Amino acid sequence: MQTSIRIVVVEQDRDRAIAIVDALKDACACDVLVVGDSSGLERKIAAYGPDIVLIDIDNPTRDMLEELTLASGPLERPVAMFVSGNSDGLAAAAIEAGVSACVVDGLAPARIKPVMDTAIARFAMVRQMRNELAETRRALEERKVIDRAKGLLMKAKGIDEDAAYALLRKTAMDRGRRVADVAEALVTAAGLLG
Amino acid sequence: MTRVTVPVAYMPLVDAAPLIVAQEMGFVDAEGIALDLIAAPSWSSVRDMLAFGRVDAAHMLSPVPIAMAMGLGGVATALSAVSVLSVNGNVIGVGKPLEEKLRANGFEFDFADPVKAARALAEVRDRPIIFGVPFPFSMHVELLRYWSAATDLGPDGIVIRTVPPPLMANALAAGDVDAFCVGEPWGSVAVEQGSGALLLPGASIWSFAPEKVLAVRTAWAETEPDLTGRLMRAVWRAGRWLADPNARLAAATLLSRKSYLNVSSELIDRALSGDLVVSSRGEQRSVDGFLLFHEGAANFPWRSQAKWIGQHLADHHRPGDTPSIDAIAKVYRTDLYRMHMEGTGCDLPGASEKVEGAILHATAVASAAGSLTLLPNRFFDARVFDFPVK
Repeated sequence: MQTSIRIVVVEQDRDRAIAIVDALKDACACDVLVVGDSSGLERKIAAYGPDIVLIDIDNPTRDMLEELTLASGPLERPVAMFVSGNSDGLAAAAIEAGVSACVVDGLAPARIKPVMDTAIARFAMVRQMRNELAETRRALEERKVIDRAKGLLMKAKGIDEDAAYALLRKTAMDRGRRVADVAEALVTAAGLLG
Repeated sequence: MTRVTVPVAYMPLVDAAPLIVAQEMGFVDAEGIALDLIAAPSWSSVRDMLAFGRVDAAHMLSPVPIAMAMGLGGVATALSAVSVLSVNGNVIGVGKPLEEKLRANGFEFDFADPVKAARALAEVRDRPIIFGVPFPFSMHVELLRYWSAATDLGPDGIVIRTVPPPLMANALAAGDVDAFCVGEPWGSVAVEQGSGALLLPGASIWSFAPEKVLAVRTAWAETEPDLTGRLMRAVWRAGRWLADPNARLAAATLLSRKSYLNVSSELIDRALSGDLVVSSRGEQRSVDGFLLFHEGAANFPWRSQAKWIGQHLADHHRPGDTPSIDAIAKVYRTDLYRMHMEGTGCDLPGASEKVEGAILHATAVASAAGSLTLLPNRFFDARVFDFPVK
Protein backbone atom coordinates (compact mmCIF):
# COMPACT_ATOMS: atom_id res chain seq x y z
CA MET A 1 0.00 0.00 0.00
CA GLN A 2 1.17 3.48 -0.76
CA THR A 3 1.91 5.77 2.13
CA SER A 4 -0.57 8.57 2.46
CA ILE A 5 0.28 11.83 0.82
CA ARG A 6 1.21 14.75 3.10
CA ILE A 7 -0.58 17.98 2.31
CA VAL A 8 -0.39 21.44 3.81
CA VAL A 9 -3.33 23.78 3.27
CA VAL A 10 -2.61 27.47 3.90
CA GLU A 11 -5.97 29.01 4.75
CA GLN A 12 -7.00 31.53 7.40
CA ASP A 13 -10.74 30.96 7.26
CA ARG A 14 -11.46 28.01 9.56
CA ASP A 15 -14.69 26.85 7.94
CA ARG A 16 -13.19 26.98 4.50
CA ALA A 17 -10.14 25.07 5.70
CA ILE A 18 -12.31 22.31 7.17
CA ALA A 19 -14.29 22.01 3.94
CA ILE A 20 -11.07 21.65 1.93
CA VAL A 21 -9.64 19.07 4.32
CA ASP A 22 -12.86 16.99 4.22
CA ALA A 23 -12.89 17.04 0.43
CA LEU A 24 -9.24 16.01 0.24
CA LYS A 25 -9.73 13.13 2.71
CA ASP A 26 -12.64 11.85 0.63
CA ALA A 27 -10.55 11.97 -2.54
CA CYS A 28 -7.35 10.27 -1.44
CA ALA A 29 -5.36 8.84 1.42
CA CYS A 30 -3.74 11.87 2.93
CA ASP A 31 -2.52 13.61 6.06
CA VAL A 32 -3.42 17.27 6.06
CA LEU A 33 -2.01 20.14 8.10
CA VAL A 34 -3.83 23.48 8.05
CA VAL A 35 -1.72 26.62 8.61
CA GLY A 36 -3.73 29.73 9.29
CA ASP A 37 -1.22 32.22 10.60
CA SER A 38 1.33 33.68 8.18
CA SER A 39 3.91 34.24 10.90
CA GLY A 40 6.83 31.86 10.35
CA LEU A 41 4.93 30.17 7.52
CA GLU A 42 7.92 28.68 5.69
CA ARG A 43 9.37 27.21 8.87
CA LYS A 44 6.08 25.57 9.83
CA ILE A 45 5.73 24.09 6.37
CA ALA A 46 9.33 22.91 6.19
CA ALA A 47 8.98 21.27 9.60
CA TYR A 48 5.95 19.26 8.44
CA GLY A 49 7.70 18.11 5.27
CA PRO A 50 4.69 17.99 2.96
CA ASP A 51 4.47 16.53 -0.53
CA ILE A 52 2.07 19.22 -1.67
CA VAL A 53 1.24 22.70 -0.39
CA LEU A 54 -2.08 24.23 -1.43
CA ILE A 55 -2.74 27.95 -1.12
CA ASP A 56 -5.36 30.37 -2.37
CA ILE A 57 -3.92 32.37 -5.27
CA ASP A 58 -5.32 35.58 -3.77
CA ASN A 59 -3.34 35.03 -0.59
CA PRO A 60 -0.32 37.35 -0.60
CA THR A 61 1.62 34.93 1.62
CA ARG A 62 2.07 32.84 -1.52
CA ASP A 63 5.32 34.77 -2.03
CA MET A 64 6.67 33.41 1.26
CA LEU A 65 6.40 29.89 -0.16
CA GLU A 66 8.72 30.86 -2.98
CA GLU A 67 11.58 30.42 -0.52
CA LEU A 68 10.73 26.72 -0.37
CA THR A 69 11.82 26.42 -4.01
CA LEU A 70 15.28 27.47 -2.91
CA ALA A 71 15.66 24.80 -0.26
CA SER A 72 19.26 23.73 -0.40
CA GLY A 73 20.04 22.02 2.89
CA PRO A 74 20.66 18.24 2.88
CA LEU A 75 17.37 17.42 4.62
CA GLU A 76 15.29 19.89 2.67
CA ARG A 77 13.43 18.82 -0.42
CA PRO A 78 13.11 21.18 -3.34
CA VAL A 79 9.60 22.26 -4.10
CA ALA A 80 8.42 23.20 -7.55
CA MET A 81 5.49 25.37 -8.47
CA PHE A 82 2.93 22.83 -9.49
CA VAL A 83 3.91 20.92 -12.62
CA SER A 84 5.45 23.53 -14.82
CA GLY A 85 6.08 20.95 -17.52
CA ASN A 86 3.64 18.26 -18.65
CA SER A 87 0.44 18.87 -16.78
CA ASP A 88 -2.48 18.35 -19.16
CA GLY A 89 -3.55 21.93 -18.55
CA LEU A 90 -3.87 21.24 -14.81
CA ALA A 91 -1.73 24.26 -13.97
CA ALA A 92 -3.83 26.58 -16.10
CA ALA A 93 -7.01 25.11 -14.60
CA ALA A 94 -5.59 25.63 -11.11
CA ILE A 95 -4.83 29.28 -11.82
CA GLU A 96 -8.30 29.78 -13.26
CA ALA A 97 -9.80 28.23 -10.13
CA GLY A 98 -7.64 30.35 -7.87
CA VAL A 99 -5.40 27.77 -6.25
CA SER A 100 -1.63 27.55 -6.24
CA ALA A 101 0.10 24.32 -5.45
CA CYS A 102 3.69 23.66 -4.60
CA VAL A 103 4.68 20.08 -5.25
CA VAL A 104 7.79 18.32 -4.05
CA ASP A 105 10.02 17.34 -6.94
CA GLY A 106 9.57 13.82 -8.17
CA LEU A 107 6.06 13.13 -6.86
CA ALA A 108 4.27 10.89 -9.38
CA PRO A 109 1.66 12.68 -11.51
CA ALA A 110 -0.86 9.89 -10.79
CA ARG A 111 -0.70 10.83 -7.10
CA ILE A 112 -0.95 14.56 -7.75
CA LYS A 113 -3.99 14.46 -9.97
CA PRO A 114 -6.73 13.45 -7.49
CA VAL A 115 -5.46 16.04 -5.00
CA MET A 116 -5.41 18.75 -7.62
CA ASP A 117 -8.79 17.83 -9.11
CA THR A 118 -10.32 18.09 -5.66
CA ALA A 119 -8.51 21.32 -4.81
CA ILE A 120 -9.47 22.90 -8.11
CA ALA A 121 -13.15 22.05 -7.66
CA ARG A 122 -13.17 23.30 -4.08
CA PHE A 123 -11.30 26.55 -4.74
CA ALA A 124 -13.36 27.28 -7.86
CA MET A 125 -16.48 27.16 -5.71
CA VAL A 126 -14.98 29.53 -3.13
CA ARG A 127 -13.82 31.87 -5.85
CA GLN A 128 -17.24 31.99 -7.46
CA MET A 129 -18.88 32.88 -4.16
CA ARG A 130 -16.28 35.54 -3.51
CA ASN A 131 -16.70 37.01 -6.99
CA GLU A 132 -20.44 37.25 -6.52
CA LEU A 133 -19.98 39.02 -3.21
CA ALA A 134 -17.40 41.42 -4.70
CA GLU A 135 -19.72 42.09 -7.63
CA THR A 136 -22.59 42.98 -5.31
CA ARG A 137 -20.33 45.26 -3.26
CA ARG A 138 -18.99 46.95 -6.36
CA ALA A 139 -22.48 47.55 -7.73
CA LEU A 140 -23.48 49.16 -4.44
CA GLU A 141 -20.34 51.28 -4.40
CA GLU A 142 -20.93 52.41 -7.97
CA ARG A 143 -24.53 53.35 -7.20
CA LYS A 144 -23.23 55.63 -4.44
CA VAL A 145 -20.70 57.33 -6.72
CA ILE A 146 -23.30 57.81 -9.46
CA ASP A 147 -25.67 59.36 -6.92
CA ARG A 148 -22.97 61.78 -5.80
CA ALA A 149 -22.14 62.68 -9.40
CA LYS A 150 -25.82 63.28 -10.11
CA GLY A 151 -25.99 65.54 -7.06
CA LEU A 152 -22.98 67.54 -8.25
CA LEU A 153 -24.48 68.00 -11.70
CA MET A 154 -27.89 68.98 -10.32
CA LYS A 155 -26.28 71.63 -8.16
CA ALA A 156 -23.83 72.95 -10.76
CA LYS A 157 -26.22 73.05 -13.69
CA GLY A 158 -29.54 73.51 -11.94
CA ILE A 159 -31.06 70.44 -13.58
CA ASP A 160 -33.24 67.68 -12.16
CA GLU A 161 -32.14 64.15 -11.33
CA ASP A 162 -33.30 62.54 -14.56
CA ALA A 163 -31.53 65.18 -16.65
CA ALA A 164 -28.36 64.73 -14.59
CA TYR A 165 -28.41 60.98 -15.16
CA ALA A 166 -29.12 61.46 -18.87
CA LEU A 167 -26.12 63.78 -19.11
CA LEU A 168 -23.87 61.22 -17.38
CA ARG A 169 -25.11 58.47 -19.66
CA LYS A 170 -24.66 60.52 -22.81
CA THR A 171 -21.12 61.52 -21.81
CA ALA A 172 -20.31 57.88 -21.08
CA MET A 173 -21.64 56.77 -24.47
CA ASP A 174 -19.80 59.55 -26.33
CA ARG A 175 -16.53 58.62 -24.63
CA GLY A 176 -17.04 54.88 -24.86
CA ARG A 177 -16.78 54.55 -21.08
CA ARG A 178 -18.97 53.21 -18.32
CA VAL A 179 -21.38 55.55 -16.53
CA ALA A 180 -19.72 54.62 -13.22
CA ASP A 181 -16.29 55.61 -14.57
CA VAL A 182 -17.54 58.99 -15.78
CA ALA A 183 -19.23 59.54 -12.42
CA GLU A 184 -16.04 58.66 -10.55
CA ALA A 185 -13.98 61.03 -12.71
CA LEU A 186 -16.47 63.81 -12.03
CA VAL A 187 -16.49 63.22 -8.28
CA THR A 188 -12.67 63.12 -8.22
CA ALA A 189 -12.41 66.32 -10.27
CA ALA A 190 -14.96 68.06 -8.06
CA GLY A 191 -12.96 67.00 -5.03
CA LEU A 192 -9.81 68.51 -6.53
CA LEU A 193 -11.46 71.78 -7.51
CA GLY A 194 -13.59 72.15 -4.42
CA MET B 1 -12.96 48.42 -35.57
CA THR B 2 -12.62 46.06 -32.65
CA ARG B 3 -9.56 46.61 -30.55
CA VAL B 4 -7.41 43.80 -29.32
CA THR B 5 -7.36 43.74 -25.54
CA VAL B 6 -4.10 42.62 -23.98
CA PRO B 7 -4.44 41.21 -20.44
CA VAL B 8 -1.63 42.57 -18.24
CA ALA B 9 -0.84 41.66 -14.63
CA TYR B 10 0.67 44.16 -12.21
CA MET B 11 1.31 44.64 -8.52
CA PRO B 12 -0.39 47.74 -7.09
CA LEU B 13 2.78 49.80 -6.59
CA VAL B 14 3.81 53.32 -7.58
CA ASP B 15 6.14 51.88 -10.21
CA ALA B 16 3.24 50.21 -12.01
CA ALA B 17 2.48 53.78 -13.14
CA PRO B 18 3.63 53.37 -16.78
CA LEU B 19 1.05 50.62 -17.37
CA ILE B 20 -1.75 52.41 -15.56
CA VAL B 21 -0.97 55.71 -17.31
CA ALA B 22 -0.68 53.99 -20.69
CA GLN B 23 -4.23 52.76 -20.23
CA GLU B 24 -5.81 55.81 -18.55
CA MET B 25 -4.15 58.60 -20.54
CA GLY B 26 -4.93 57.08 -23.91
CA PHE B 27 -1.46 55.91 -24.94
CA VAL B 28 -2.60 52.35 -25.65
CA ASP B 29 -5.68 53.75 -27.36
CA ALA B 30 -3.43 55.68 -29.74
CA GLU B 31 -1.69 52.40 -30.59
CA GLY B 32 -5.05 50.80 -31.36
CA ILE B 33 -5.09 48.39 -28.42
CA ALA B 34 -6.64 48.23 -24.96
CA LEU B 35 -5.27 46.77 -21.72
CA ASP B 36 -7.09 44.59 -19.25
CA LEU B 37 -5.08 45.50 -16.15
CA ILE B 38 -5.24 42.78 -13.51
CA ALA B 39 -3.99 43.65 -10.02
CA ALA B 40 -2.22 40.63 -8.54
CA PRO B 41 -2.00 39.69 -4.84
CA SER B 42 1.60 38.43 -5.03
CA TRP B 43 4.65 38.37 -7.27
CA SER B 44 4.43 34.62 -7.65
CA SER B 45 0.93 34.98 -8.95
CA VAL B 46 2.06 37.67 -11.45
CA ARG B 47 4.70 35.25 -12.67
CA ASP B 48 2.35 32.25 -12.76
CA MET B 49 -0.35 34.19 -14.61
CA LEU B 50 2.21 35.23 -17.22
CA ALA B 51 3.92 31.83 -17.47
CA PHE B 52 0.67 29.89 -17.83
CA GLY B 53 -0.97 32.31 -20.25
CA ARG B 54 -3.62 33.93 -18.07
CA VAL B 55 -2.06 37.29 -19.09
CA ASP B 56 0.21 38.19 -21.99
CA ALA B 57 2.38 40.83 -20.32
CA ALA B 58 3.34 41.81 -16.80
CA HIS B 59 4.91 44.38 -14.50
CA MET B 60 7.78 42.26 -13.17
CA LEU B 61 10.70 42.48 -10.76
CA SER B 62 13.81 42.94 -12.90
CA PRO B 63 15.61 39.76 -11.66
CA VAL B 64 12.65 37.39 -12.18
CA PRO B 65 13.06 36.68 -15.94
CA ILE B 66 16.78 36.17 -15.34
CA ALA B 67 16.23 33.84 -12.37
CA MET B 68 13.77 31.83 -14.45
CA ALA B 69 16.29 31.54 -17.29
CA MET B 70 18.74 30.16 -14.72
CA GLY B 71 16.25 27.58 -13.50
CA LEU B 72 15.75 29.25 -10.12
CA GLY B 73 12.31 29.24 -8.55
CA GLY B 74 9.40 27.01 -9.32
CA VAL B 75 8.48 27.87 -12.92
CA ALA B 76 10.55 27.52 -16.07
CA THR B 77 8.64 29.20 -18.94
CA ALA B 78 10.94 31.40 -21.08
CA LEU B 79 10.22 35.08 -20.45
CA SER B 80 11.57 38.18 -22.17
CA ALA B 81 12.13 41.57 -20.56
CA VAL B 82 11.27 43.82 -23.51
CA SER B 83 11.87 47.10 -21.69
CA VAL B 84 12.69 48.52 -18.27
CA LEU B 85 9.58 50.09 -16.72
CA SER B 86 11.34 51.92 -13.90
CA VAL B 87 14.74 52.59 -12.38
CA ASN B 88 15.25 52.83 -8.58
CA GLY B 89 12.37 53.51 -6.18
CA ASN B 90 13.03 51.13 -3.27
CA VAL B 91 13.55 52.17 0.32
CA ILE B 92 15.29 50.44 3.21
CA GLY B 93 13.69 51.00 6.58
CA VAL B 94 13.86 49.83 10.18
CA GLY B 95 11.15 48.91 12.67
CA LYS B 96 10.49 50.92 15.85
CA PRO B 97 12.87 49.05 18.19
CA LEU B 98 15.83 49.53 15.83
CA GLU B 99 14.83 53.12 15.14
CA GLU B 100 14.90 53.88 18.86
CA LYS B 101 18.27 52.20 19.35
CA LEU B 102 19.71 54.14 16.40
CA ARG B 103 18.36 57.43 17.73
CA ALA B 104 19.73 56.72 21.18
CA ASN B 105 23.15 56.46 19.53
CA GLY B 106 22.68 59.83 17.86
CA PHE B 107 22.02 58.53 14.34
CA GLU B 108 20.52 61.29 12.20
CA PHE B 109 18.48 59.42 9.57
CA ASP B 110 20.12 61.40 6.79
CA PHE B 111 18.59 59.00 4.21
CA ALA B 112 21.75 59.32 2.13
CA ASP B 113 24.90 57.59 3.35
CA PRO B 114 24.92 53.74 3.10
CA VAL B 115 28.30 53.42 4.83
CA LYS B 116 27.25 55.46 7.84
CA ALA B 117 23.86 53.76 8.06
CA ALA B 118 25.49 50.30 8.00
CA ARG B 119 27.97 51.28 10.69
CA ALA B 120 25.18 52.61 12.88
CA LEU B 121 23.17 49.40 12.44
CA ALA B 122 26.20 47.20 13.12
CA GLU B 123 26.77 49.08 16.39
CA VAL B 124 23.26 48.48 17.75
CA ARG B 125 22.67 44.86 16.70
CA ASP B 126 23.14 41.95 19.05
CA ARG B 127 22.37 39.33 16.38
CA PRO B 128 22.00 39.37 12.58
CA ILE B 129 19.36 41.86 11.50
CA ILE B 130 16.37 40.27 9.79
CA PHE B 131 15.18 42.16 6.71
CA GLY B 132 11.78 41.55 5.14
CA VAL B 133 11.64 41.79 1.34
CA PRO B 134 8.73 41.24 -1.07
CA PHE B 135 10.24 38.39 -3.09
CA PRO B 136 13.39 36.21 -3.16
CA PHE B 137 14.27 37.34 -6.70
CA SER B 138 14.20 41.11 -6.53
CA MET B 139 16.40 44.18 -6.71
CA HIS B 140 15.49 44.59 -3.01
CA VAL B 141 17.43 41.44 -2.16
CA GLU B 142 20.34 42.27 -4.47
CA LEU B 143 20.75 45.78 -3.03
CA LEU B 144 20.61 44.48 0.55
CA ARG B 145 23.20 41.79 -0.14
CA TYR B 146 25.46 44.19 -2.02
CA TRP B 147 25.21 46.79 0.72
CA SER B 148 25.77 44.45 3.65
CA ALA B 149 28.70 42.66 1.97
CA ALA B 150 30.57 45.93 1.39
CA THR B 151 29.98 47.57 4.78
CA ASP B 152 30.33 47.01 8.52
CA LEU B 153 27.13 44.93 8.41
CA GLY B 154 29.00 42.10 6.69
CA PRO B 155 27.56 39.40 4.41
CA ASP B 156 26.47 37.29 7.40
CA GLY B 157 25.26 40.24 9.42
CA ILE B 158 21.81 40.22 7.87
CA VAL B 159 19.13 37.62 7.22
CA ILE B 160 16.69 38.13 4.36
CA ARG B 161 13.16 36.82 4.65
CA THR B 162 10.20 37.10 2.27
CA VAL B 163 7.29 39.06 3.73
CA PRO B 164 4.52 40.47 1.50
CA PRO B 165 4.53 44.26 2.05
CA PRO B 166 0.88 44.40 3.20
CA LEU B 167 1.89 42.07 6.06
CA MET B 168 5.15 43.89 6.88
CA ALA B 169 3.64 45.96 9.71
CA ASN B 170 2.41 42.75 11.39
CA ALA B 171 5.74 41.02 10.86
CA LEU B 172 7.55 43.99 12.45
CA ALA B 173 5.15 44.00 15.39
CA ALA B 174 5.52 40.23 15.86
CA GLY B 175 9.31 40.50 15.76
CA ASP B 176 9.49 38.23 12.66
CA VAL B 177 11.56 40.96 10.97
CA ASP B 178 13.59 43.91 12.32
CA ALA B 179 13.85 45.92 9.12
CA PHE B 180 12.66 45.90 5.52
CA CYS B 181 13.37 46.83 1.94
CA VAL B 182 10.24 47.58 -0.10
CA GLY B 183 8.98 49.60 -3.05
CA GLU B 184 6.72 52.61 -2.66
CA PRO B 185 4.10 53.25 -1.40
CA TRP B 186 4.95 50.63 1.24
CA GLY B 187 7.86 52.53 2.82
CA SER B 188 5.72 55.63 3.22
CA VAL B 189 2.83 53.52 4.48
CA ALA B 190 5.13 52.09 7.19
CA VAL B 191 6.07 55.66 8.21
CA GLU B 192 2.43 56.76 8.26
CA GLN B 193 1.40 53.74 10.34
CA GLY B 194 4.19 54.51 12.77
CA SER B 195 5.68 51.05 12.34
CA GLY B 196 9.09 52.21 11.19
CA ALA B 197 11.48 54.82 9.83
CA LEU B 198 13.25 55.01 6.47
CA LEU B 199 17.00 54.55 6.51
CA LEU B 200 18.13 54.71 2.88
CA PRO B 201 16.75 55.02 -0.63
CA GLY B 202 17.76 52.16 -2.94
CA ALA B 203 19.37 54.78 -5.19
CA SER B 204 21.98 55.50 -2.51
CA ILE B 205 23.37 51.98 -3.01
CA TRP B 206 23.16 51.82 -6.81
CA SER B 207 22.19 55.11 -8.42
CA PHE B 208 20.73 53.54 -11.56
CA ALA B 209 19.29 50.14 -10.66
CA PRO B 210 16.74 48.57 -13.04
CA GLU B 211 13.74 47.92 -10.80
CA LYS B 212 10.77 46.64 -12.81
CA VAL B 213 10.61 45.37 -16.37
CA LEU B 214 7.86 44.86 -18.89
CA ALA B 215 7.87 41.08 -19.28
CA VAL B 216 6.16 38.88 -21.86
CA ARG B 217 6.41 35.20 -22.74
CA THR B 218 9.22 34.87 -25.27
CA ALA B 219 6.92 32.75 -27.43
CA TRP B 220 4.24 35.47 -27.34
CA ALA B 221 6.70 38.17 -28.45
CA GLU B 222 7.53 35.93 -31.41
CA THR B 223 3.97 35.07 -32.45
CA GLU B 224 2.55 38.55 -31.71
CA PRO B 225 5.27 40.98 -32.85
CA ASP B 226 2.70 43.61 -33.79
CA LEU B 227 0.97 43.60 -30.39
CA THR B 228 4.32 43.49 -28.61
CA GLY B 229 5.42 46.61 -30.46
CA ARG B 230 2.19 48.49 -29.80
CA LEU B 231 2.33 47.67 -26.11
CA MET B 232 6.00 48.68 -25.82
CA ARG B 233 5.49 52.01 -27.57
CA ALA B 234 2.41 52.90 -25.53
CA VAL B 235 4.21 52.10 -22.28
CA TRP B 236 7.28 54.08 -23.36
CA ARG B 237 5.12 57.15 -24.10
CA ALA B 238 3.48 56.76 -20.71
CA GLY B 239 6.93 56.81 -19.10
CA ARG B 240 7.82 59.97 -21.00
CA TRP B 241 4.59 61.58 -19.83
CA LEU B 242 5.35 60.59 -16.24
CA ALA B 243 8.77 62.27 -16.46
CA ASP B 244 7.12 65.67 -16.94
CA PRO B 245 6.92 67.37 -13.51
CA ASN B 246 3.62 68.94 -14.58
CA ALA B 247 2.07 65.49 -14.80
CA ARG B 248 2.80 64.60 -11.19
CA LEU B 249 -0.44 65.77 -9.66
CA ALA B 250 -2.52 64.01 -12.29
CA ALA B 251 -0.42 60.84 -12.01
CA ALA B 252 -0.67 60.74 -8.21
CA THR B 253 -4.44 61.27 -8.36
CA LEU B 254 -4.85 58.56 -10.97
CA LEU B 255 -2.76 56.00 -9.09
CA SER B 256 -4.51 56.73 -5.81
CA ARG B 257 -7.84 55.49 -7.17
CA LYS B 258 -9.45 52.66 -5.34
CA SER B 259 -9.18 50.38 -8.37
CA TYR B 260 -5.39 50.90 -8.48
CA LEU B 261 -3.31 51.60 -5.35
CA ASN B 262 -6.07 52.79 -3.02
CA VAL B 263 -3.77 54.97 -0.91
CA SER B 264 -3.81 58.77 -0.64
CA SER B 265 -2.36 60.71 -3.57
CA GLU B 266 -0.18 62.66 -1.13
CA LEU B 267 1.59 59.43 -0.18
CA ILE B 268 2.10 58.51 -3.83
CA ASP B 269 3.43 61.97 -4.64
CA ARG B 270 6.29 61.43 -2.19
CA ALA B 271 7.74 58.72 -4.42
CA LEU B 272 7.03 60.61 -7.64
CA SER B 273 8.71 63.78 -6.34
CA GLY B 274 11.51 62.11 -4.38
CA ASP B 275 10.56 64.20 -1.33
CA LEU B 276 10.07 61.59 1.34
CA VAL B 277 8.97 61.76 4.94
CA VAL B 278 11.36 59.35 6.65
CA SER B 279 9.91 59.04 10.15
CA SER B 280 6.82 59.66 12.18
CA ARG B 281 8.59 62.78 13.50
CA GLY B 282 7.95 64.26 10.06
CA GLU B 283 11.60 64.56 9.00
CA GLN B 284 11.74 65.23 5.24
CA ARG B 285 14.51 64.19 2.87
CA SER B 286 14.88 64.85 -0.85
CA VAL B 287 16.46 62.32 -3.20
CA ASP B 288 17.58 63.00 -6.76
CA GLY B 289 16.55 60.23 -9.13
CA PHE B 290 14.54 58.47 -6.43
CA LEU B 291 12.34 56.81 -9.06
CA LEU B 292 12.82 57.20 -12.82
CA PHE B 293 10.40 56.26 -15.60
CA HIS B 294 12.13 57.81 -18.60
CA GLU B 295 15.22 59.96 -18.08
CA GLY B 296 18.67 58.76 -19.06
CA ALA B 297 17.41 55.99 -21.39
CA ALA B 298 15.78 54.41 -18.32
CA ASN B 299 13.68 52.08 -20.47
CA PHE B 300 16.51 50.52 -22.47
CA PRO B 301 16.96 46.91 -21.27
CA TRP B 302 20.76 46.98 -21.07
CA ARG B 303 22.38 43.56 -21.37
CA SER B 304 24.92 44.69 -18.81
CA GLN B 305 22.13 45.20 -16.26
CA ALA B 306 20.99 41.64 -16.90
CA LYS B 307 24.56 40.40 -16.51
CA TRP B 308 24.97 42.23 -13.21
CA ILE B 309 21.81 40.62 -11.89
CA GLY B 310 22.68 37.20 -13.35
CA GLN B 311 26.16 37.27 -11.86
CA HIS B 312 24.88 38.16 -8.40
CA LEU B 313 22.10 35.53 -8.54
CA ALA B 314 24.64 32.92 -9.61
CA ASP B 315 27.13 33.89 -6.90
CA HIS B 316 24.47 33.44 -4.25
CA HIS B 317 22.40 30.49 -5.47
CA ARG B 318 24.95 28.57 -7.54
CA PRO B 319 28.29 29.17 -5.88
CA GLY B 320 31.11 27.39 -7.72
CA ASP B 321 28.95 26.92 -10.78
CA THR B 322 29.71 29.24 -13.70
CA PRO B 323 26.59 29.55 -15.83
CA SER B 324 26.81 31.26 -19.18
CA ILE B 325 25.96 34.80 -18.15
CA ASP B 326 26.06 35.86 -21.81
CA ALA B 327 23.28 33.45 -22.74
CA ILE B 328 21.17 34.30 -19.70
CA ALA B 329 21.48 38.05 -20.31
CA LYS B 330 19.71 37.61 -23.64
CA VAL B 331 16.36 37.62 -21.83
CA TYR B 332 16.84 41.41 -21.75
CA ARG B 333 15.69 42.01 -25.31
CA THR B 334 17.70 44.89 -26.70
CA ASP B 335 16.94 43.45 -30.15
CA LEU B 336 13.17 43.77 -29.72
CA TYR B 337 13.57 47.19 -28.13
CA ARG B 338 15.55 48.48 -31.10
CA MET B 339 13.12 46.94 -33.57
CA HIS B 340 9.87 48.12 -31.99
CA MET B 341 10.91 51.59 -30.82
CA GLU B 342 11.93 52.64 -34.32
CA GLY B 343 10.15 55.85 -35.34
CA THR B 344 8.85 56.81 -31.87
CA GLY B 345 11.41 59.52 -31.22
CA CYS B 346 12.99 57.27 -28.62
CA ASP B 347 16.73 57.75 -29.03
CA LEU B 348 18.60 54.44 -29.06
CA PRO B 349 22.09 54.01 -27.63
CA GLY B 350 24.83 52.85 -30.00
CA ALA B 351 25.83 50.01 -27.67
CA SER B 352 23.69 47.41 -25.87
CA GLU B 353 26.01 47.16 -22.88
CA LYS B 354 27.72 49.64 -20.63
CA VAL B 355 30.14 49.40 -17.77
CA GLU B 356 27.77 49.37 -14.79
CA GLY B 357 28.88 51.72 -12.04
CA ALA B 358 31.22 53.78 -14.24
CA ILE B 359 29.20 56.95 -14.90
CA LEU B 360 29.92 59.56 -12.25
CA HIS B 361 28.19 62.52 -13.91
CA ALA B 362 25.44 62.82 -16.52
CA THR B 363 27.21 61.96 -19.77
CA ALA B 364 26.29 62.30 -23.44
CA VAL B 365 26.80 59.01 -25.31
CA ALA B 366 26.74 57.78 -28.89
CA SER B 367 23.17 57.23 -30.04
CA ALA B 368 21.04 57.00 -33.17
CA ALA B 369 19.74 60.58 -32.93
CA GLY B 370 22.69 62.02 -31.04
CA SER B 371 20.62 63.32 -28.17
CA LEU B 372 21.16 60.69 -25.50
CA THR B 373 22.46 61.53 -22.04
CA LEU B 374 23.04 58.82 -19.48
CA LEU B 375 22.50 59.69 -15.82
CA PRO B 376 24.98 58.93 -13.04
CA ASN B 377 25.35 55.18 -12.63
CA ARG B 378 27.51 54.35 -9.64
CA PHE B 379 27.67 52.06 -6.68
CA PHE B 380 28.19 53.59 -3.24
CA ASP B 381 31.51 51.75 -2.88
CA ALA B 382 32.69 52.92 -6.34
CA ARG B 383 32.99 49.41 -7.76
CA VAL B 384 32.57 49.03 -11.51
CA PHE B 385 31.25 45.99 -13.35
CA ASP B 386 32.64 45.34 -16.79
CA PHE B 387 31.38 42.11 -18.35
CA PRO B 388 33.53 41.20 -21.35
CA VAL B 389 31.62 39.60 -24.22
CA LYS B 390 32.94 36.08 -24.60
